[in-house]
Amino acid sequence: MACFTVPAAEAIVTTIVTKVVKKKEKEVEAKANAGSEEIKTPHIKLSEKLSWLNMMLWGGSILLMFEHIWHGEVVPWFPFLTAAQSAEDTSEMLHEMATVGVGMAVIVTAVWIGMVFAANAIMKHRPAEEKEQAS
Amino acid sequence: MTLLITIFAAIICTALWYFKLHNKKLMFGKLCLMYWGAALMWTVDAIAEYIELEAEYFNPSAKDMLNDAFLGFSVVALGLVIWLVMLLVKDPKNVLRIALSKKE
Repeated sequence: MACFTVPAAEAIVTTIVTKVVKKKEKEVEAKANAGSEEIKTPHIKLSEKLSWLNMMLWGGSILLMFEHIWHGEVVPWFPFLTAAQSAEDTSEMLHEMATVGVGMAVIVTAVWIGMVFAANAIMKHRPAEEKEQAS
Repeated sequence: MTLLITIFAAIICTALWYFKLHNKKLMFGKLCLMYWGAALMWTVDAIAEYIELEAEYFNPSAKDMLNDAFLGFSVVALGLVIWLVMLLVKDPKNVLRIALSKKE
């Protein structure tokens, strides 16, 4: 009905967070450059990791919105959701958002956390392997 | 069916990204993430539907399957269109800029 709106809302929040983090990272880099310090970035930047989450949330939400348009649940006129036209349908829609929608947002975020841990582990172990290969 | 088609699209894209198209400029990783995001969301939707319908969930009518397959392929096409638009807007290899400047 409107389950995709929950991950879409999360996507808006994470996009704003990513912009703020990116700005802060640039400031830190600029400061380091001014002090002629060597910038070492052996790890993946937080903004880069957040962009993975953004892409999964935005991509998933857009494709799911398309599915809802396909099934006639999203329309181009107010209130945009056919389920919002009657009180009974609205309560059903809110229930679906609270269960399926929240579930979607949680599973995407959980998978992203797993991806971040995996990426960190790969970046941590890579130098050791390279050392072994060199020796 | 839509879920299955999206999962296959995500797997094929990820394999292509890993073996051939991991150049960041191509933004192919973004397409993979987009399909994986949708696949995860549809998995939750499928679980919710299974809880409601139980075994009947696995016995859809031919008409529903055809409609879902049609939707699945349309979703894959939409994902590719979004990726292509992103690529052309960013124009990482300056192909569009060069082509347009030649016309002037």
